[in-house]
Amino acid sequence: MNTFWDSLAAAAGLILTWDPALVEIIWLSLQVTLTAVLIGCIIGLPLGAVVGAFRFPGRPVIIVALNALMGLPPVVIGLFVYLVLSASGPLGPLQLLYTPTAMIIAQTVLVTPIVAALTRQVVEDLNTEYSESFASLGVRRADRIAALLWDARYSLLTVMLAGFGRAIAEVGAVIIVGGNINHVTRVMTTAIALETSKGNLELALALGMVLLSLAFVVNAAVMALRASAVRAAYA
Amino acid sequence: MAGDRERLAHRGDAILSGRELTYGTGRETHLGPLDVDIRTGACTVIMGANGAGKSVLVRLLHGLVKPSGGKVLWRGGDMTASDRQRQAMVFQRPVLLRRSVLANLRFVLRVRGIEPTERAALEQAALDAAQLGHAAHRPARRLSAGEQQRLAVAQALATAPEVLFLDEPTASLDPASTLAIEAQIAAARVRGVTIVLVTHDIAQARRLGEDVIFLADGGVAEQGRATEVLTAPNSQDVRAWLTGDLHLIAGGQTKN
Repeated sequence: MNTFWDSLAAAAGLILTWDPALVEIIWLSLQVTLTAVLIGCIIGLPLGAVVGAFRFPGRPVIIVALNALMGLPPVVIGLFVYLVLSASGPLGPLQLLYTPTAMIIAQTVLVTPIVAALTRQVVEDLNTEYSESFASLGVRRADRIAALLWDARYSLLTVMLAGFGRAIAEVGAVIIVGGNINHVTRVMTTAIALETSKGNLELALALGMVLLSLAFVVNAAVMALRASAVRAAYA
Repeated sequence: MAGDRERLAHRGDAILSGRELTYGTGRETHLGPLDVDIRTGACTVIMGANGAGKSVLVRLLHGLVKPSGGKVLWRGGDMTASDRQRQAMVFQRPVLLRRSVLANLRFVLRVRGIEPTERAALEQAALDAAQLGHAAHRPARRLSAGEQQRLAVAQALATAPEVLFLDEPTASLDPASTLAIEAQIAAARVRGVTIVLVTHDIAQARRLGEDVIFLADGGVAEQGRATEVLTAPNSQDVRAWLTGDLHLIAGGQTKN
């Protein structure tokens, strides 16, 4: 029991003293995940909106594929991206394996289907409400997608949050393509896995606490924003 | 046939016509085949029981749904996409964006291709017409049901359509709100906008209607001038409808 409380106190100390090793890991984690979520949204939001708003041949297949990919285990994504980036893979010459870029690619693959599939659902519901009016006005396709995305903006915040949550918390993909190299590709989750196995619980716990608080703060912020939007009937 | 009474006379000055219009899904036919004419600049009221095909007919005329047979004519020719841009529609439940009142108006003006320089004046005119000047920056969906419908009518009229379709616009509104909507419709009519109004309110049909198309069981039971159809109907369907209405107005007096 002593180890637990000692570790907890030491972990709190690391956070309070703004330990450089800790900060470096947190910073890299945020950089990798936020970049991946940004790219995932740039691809996933319009993709989900198009699939949600229009009827075209092959649409059901895309929906099934997106929903299936949404549940893809990070380890499998890691393996797939590893094969593509490894020396003998198609993108081998770029020598991206074991770099933060590789981790961004893996997390983007993880996040994009999540954002696209959830966006599809949100936009499809909204489109049901708007479609006759839009058809009557003669709204062009691009305008239609933009209007649906904008009007779903508060629901889509939750969608982005789901993508962020999944990416920041996953360990399977980044450990395979990043390699958990100290000062280079070591992020919060891989550090926790490593430090725990080494018995170095202080750093692991400190990172765990940071991850938890991060999840807490981000969720609270999005909820507050949505609540104000609901009051204005914008959500 | 009774329904043919005014039809030939209408053809020359019809802005919209349906010829042999049919609408069905699968093997089932929900509407038609029927011929209708919408007289330019008049207020045509489409009436009939629930399920008679009123909503389908306006959607066919507006081009929101494709007929499974027959065709819709715009000034006697095939209706094109740009012809449809000269029409606007108001739905029973107003469809408003999750934005402010002003942003809703702006959206309609923009997608209908109104030049940015002309928008401000049109926005102000629409706000005035809807009596919503004080609420320009309020969320549209926070307005009362009557205000929302006023906004919907105003933004439909903001782009100066030649034809305005309204599908039971006052069905869920109280008398005061209904009056305001009818005033907007009447004002548009005076400016020369052709009105096509779906209603099952006979009093409203009498107040606004110049022409009547009465549907029953997916076909035209009778069409012609409101003064004739609503006072001396030829068809059994309209007579029964009018009698039912009088029965209600008389407060439960049994006629038979």
